[in-house]
Amino acid sequence: METITSIRPLLAVLVSLLIIPLVVVSSRSPNVRESWTFVAAVAKFLIVLSMLPAILRGTEIVYTVVQFMPGAAIRFRVDALGMLFALVSSSLWIITSAYSIGYMRGLKEHGQTRYFCFFAICLSATIGAAFSANLLTLYLFYEILSLATYPLVTHHQDLEARSSGRKYLLYVVGASIGLVLPAMLICYNLAGTLEFSKNGILAGTAVSPSLLFILLFMFVFGFAKSAIMPMHSWLPAAMVAPTPVSALLHAVAVVKVGVFSIVRILTGVFGIQLLSSSHLGMAVCYVAAFTILVGSFIALSQNGLKRLLAFSTIAQLSYIVLGVALLSPKGMTGGMLHIAMHAFGKITLFFCAGAIFVATGKKNISEMIGIGRRMPVTMAAFFIASLSIIGMPPCGGFISKWYLALGTLQAHQIGFLVVLLFSSLLNACYFIPITYKAFFCRPEDAMFENKVQEAPAFCVVPLVITATISVILLFYPQPFLRLARMMVQSITGV
Amino acid sequence: MSEQYPALLVIVPLLSALVISVAGWVNKRLCFPIAVAALGVAAWSSVGLLFRVLDEGVIVYKLGGWSPPMGIAYYIDYLNGLVLPVVSIVALLNLISSKKIVEQQFPDKAGPFYTLYVLMVTGLLGIVVTGDAFNLYVLLEIASLTGYGLLAMGEERAPLATLNYLYMGTIGACFYLLGIGYLYIVTGSLNMVDIARLLPPLYQSKAVLAAFIICMVGVWLKMAFFPLHAWLPNAYTYANSASSGLIAPLMTKVMVYVMIRLILTVFTPKFVFNTLAVHDAVVWLAVIAIVMGAVLALKERNLKKMLTYIVVAEVGYMVGGAWLGNRAGLTGAVLHIVNDALMTLCVFLVVGNIVYKIKGYAFGDLKGLFAKMPFTMGAFVIGALSIIGVPPTCGFFSKWYLILGAIQAHQYGFMVALLFSSLINVVLFFRVFEIGFYEPFSDHEGHEHHPAVMAEAPLTMLVPLYVVAISLILVGLYTGDIVNHIVQFVIPKGFM
Amino acid sequence: MTDLISTVVAKYNYWIYITLMMIGLYAMIAKNNLVKKIVGMNIFQTAIILFYVSIGVKKGATIPILEHGHGPDVHHVVHAVDYINPLPHVLMLTAIVVGVATLGVALALAIRIYNNYNTLEENEILTQVREK
Repeated sequence: METITSIRPLLAVLVSLLIIPLVVVSSRSPNVRESWTFVAAVAKFLIVLSMLPAILRGTEIVYTVVQFMPGAAIRFRVDALGMLFALVSSSLWIITSAYSIGYMRGLKEHGQTRYFCFFAICLSATIGAAFSANLLTLYLFYEILSLATYPLVTHHQDLEARSSGRKYLLYVVGASIGLVLPAMLICYNLAGTLEFSKNGILAGTAVSPSLLFILLFMFVFGFAKSAIMPMHSWLPAAMVAPTPVSALLHAVAVVKVGVFSIVRILTGVFGIQLLSSSHLGMAVCYVAAFTILVGSFIALSQNGLKRLLAFSTIAQLSYIVLGVALLSPKGMTGGMLHIAMHAFGKITLFFCAGAIFVATGKKNISEMIGIGRRMPVTMAAFFIASLSIIGMPPCGGFISKWYLALGTLQAHQIGFLVVLLFSSLLNACYFIPITYKAFFCRPEDAMFENKVQEAPAFCVVPLVITATISVILLFYPQPFLRLARMMVQSITGV
Repeated sequence: MSEQYPALLVIVPLLSALVISVAGWVNKRLCFPIAVAALGVAAWSSVGLLFRVLDEGVIVYKLGGWSPPMGIAYYIDYLNGLVLPVVSIVALLNLISSKKIVEQQFPDKAGPFYTLYVLMVTGLLGIVVTGDAFNLYVLLEIASLTGYGLLAMGEERAPLATLNYLYMGTIGACFYLLGIGYLYIVTGSLNMVDIARLLPPLYQSKAVLAAFIICMVGVWLKMAFFPLHAWLPNAYTYANSASSGLIAPLMTKVMVYVMIRLILTVFTPKFVFNTLAVHDAVVWLAVIAIVMGAVLALKERNLKKMLTYIVVAEVGYMVGGAWLGNRAGLTGAVLHIVNDALMTLCVFLVVGNIVYKIKGYAFGDLKGLFAKMPFTMGAFVIGALSIIGVPPTCGFFSKWYLILGAIQAHQYGFMVALLFSSLINVVLFFRVFEIGFYEPFSDHEGHEHHPAVMAEAPLTMLVPLYVVAISLILVGLYTGDIVNHIVQFVIPKGFM
Repeated sequence: MTDLISTVVAKYNYWIYITLMMIGLYAMIAKNNLVKKIVGMNIFQTAIILFYVSIGVKKGATIPILEHGHGPDVHHVVHAVDYINPLPHVLMLTAIVVGVATLGVALALAIRIYNNYNTLEENEILTQVREK
């Protein structure tokens, strides 16, 4: 494969770090401060976008920052999968920045400068993880992301935030130091390199099956951001964060860095050859399927809207893991595509939850009966996005579910097809009633007056945009579908 | 000029110590500039020496022109070429930071303080630069005696804690002297290179064995290797922050250097790892040291004392790494001397700033510190991340080599201990962060504005702190260069 | 048994220094009075000084000052066996200085402690520390 050396991946990572001093300096005039965030977000998106044509041509962009030892360096390599993820995150950051302004000012939150600074660091780390060429770089950005998210999760600085912050650290940082770090070093000792390769770096080494099994699950559970059960319970706890944080980080950036890392481990470290010959892929599938079902069931019983969304996210993340671990080309395509499709759907849902909170102060589903009369635009967007998550047309979620279903058939795993369909049914069970009760309740049950009173425009416009994109993605799923296909082709050759 | 760097390194601080003590009588304000100038010269020459070593290889400098084994020779190779700049720069940075502390806490003792300070640095630099085993003892005692003086300038409990340190330190130094005595009996030489040349036929001799064990016990006592650590926490905690900022980062690290020097140059790895073959047991001792250091740190409700137990645990890292008996482990240990000196300096400077402003370092005093001293706490976060071992700070990379060495030596206990200690460090530091971050807000939702009253430390304390904090990241990023150009030449060829 | 005795007797200088060391160590560990501990420490150091001095000794040798070092027959051959080894003694000059300095620092600290607590008994000091 042709490679180009270019500094653009590094710039894409650094651009949001560079504006932090500017944000701090201009903390006294919020408008200037927020415009710096916009400048960084747009610049980041443009830099990422500028690399897209080269990636679509089938080339890879490489840049080495420093080499520590043979096989271990801070190095960026932009391939189709990294591009897909970076596009999703950087485009959604622009929208989330607008939403943040509406949300944070609407609620008169304290510490907004700190909030925007750490948000910028998080995005740097996300793009860094997306463009990582090796496990060491991935680990580096994974850790930076974990730590930079902590002040965002605990933004309210109250007792609840404190206990959630502890849980977050325990699961995310504890697992990465306790499991990923030793697993990475054992890999390095076995293979002598950490660079992701098409066939997997462990492929040629003589490793006993039991050690392989242990290593794989050290990685799968160690990347606890992917919220695979039993490492999931930090995610509902992290919902104490301000909603834009939950929206971008806990539906898109942070959790998907976790899933993305697992995908990289499966495809770049172990390699599908090794996984299928040792049946380890199936083992991961079972864990993912378990998470999908249990996550969906728990979501059914939730009353807090954000907690419901969190459990829904836990289940949806495992779709991605399941799709890739099936090791069939269609399943892998579906899994990778789901990174994008789920992102646009779930961020809309979180935006809606935040908009409802800003406008009415309500957090629980039981208090939202008849809310459609007061916030019709928000709830319409909510409905569209929930269709996308369920996997129904006219939304983008349909395509990724379609590919996932085909993938199970291609892998001859009817059991997992049943899991997927049953889980979609469960999704419908917990999403549809919310919208239904919002619009079609009896007048005497309605908790809101008929007067339309939406959240501030900064909150509503972003969620309309993301809902619209969710719909458009069904009809025009490019460039995401093409990127996912290219990645799968480069791995499997099909 | 550059020919004389090895001598300048020791003589300039030594003579200026005398000048400072005289200047202290004349005008107290003269002491600080002289001390800075002296350590500046030392830092300059040590960096110059490092570059000369990089260019020319090992430098032999004969003091007074007497050639060894009769005279005393200074050998500067890659190992002390690397450690010398660390010692001198750490000492210089802490000296700059200590100006305000001295003015606040004991302005009338500025003369004696700076005299002792510069003398102690003389001793430490001498230990690192010398190639003579007995000369090392004398310099060790110079560093220790001045160190006792510095540590005793502190709280009410400082003299007692220092006296306990003095007992243990004296026993340690005496053991070292005794071990050297045995070596002298069998070889008739005190020059390290000469001893190493004469030893191979004597590897089976019981006197060499006794010499080695006694030396090691002595050195371990001085570096506070668990269970010989009991003197360290109190001595460092109750001292004034200017002294603890010098001694905590350097004393234990320099003793680790002495241990590695004894293993590599004097007794040679062949004797230590092949003839003796006790390294497994020592690694397990290190495991206990790391685990116990972490657990004891967890027990403390006092920032400074907690940090002193972390120092104890970090000594375990280095001893364990050096005794793994492979290239990766030794690389990690040498790298960790540099990294740990910088990390410890960073967190102790932070404690210095906090004590300067808040007049306390118990956990209860730290409430709302992120709002009061955001810059100090920002540097504290960087130092803490380095101690935890988060990339790209330098702590991660030495830990990387140490764990890699543990895996290659099949010492999985050591690997688990390192990971355990990292996790405990997360708990330790985030507990402090939590107090600094949440405490004043605990009761309310936090939606309203809290006018943060900034009370930041003066610039002369913040600048050194940030130099260290940034160097933590830079050293981390340039780990590859440090290992390729310096550390790999420390380890003898043919060593696994 | 006789072997053991002859070994002990033949290397009596070692046994003396070890005994002295142990006496010093005992005082440092077991004594309650800080000054007694300091004295113990000094005995410990002196033991090592004795050890060094004793290893320079040779049977039938004299102090290392050249006989007839001046005068007409200066150029005669020096037999090393005739003189005891001066180097350990020279080293011990330094060690004695170090010992005195250590003792000085220790006593200074003891005075500071006495000023703080009005006692030099360790257990009494620790009770006072705990009470605060």
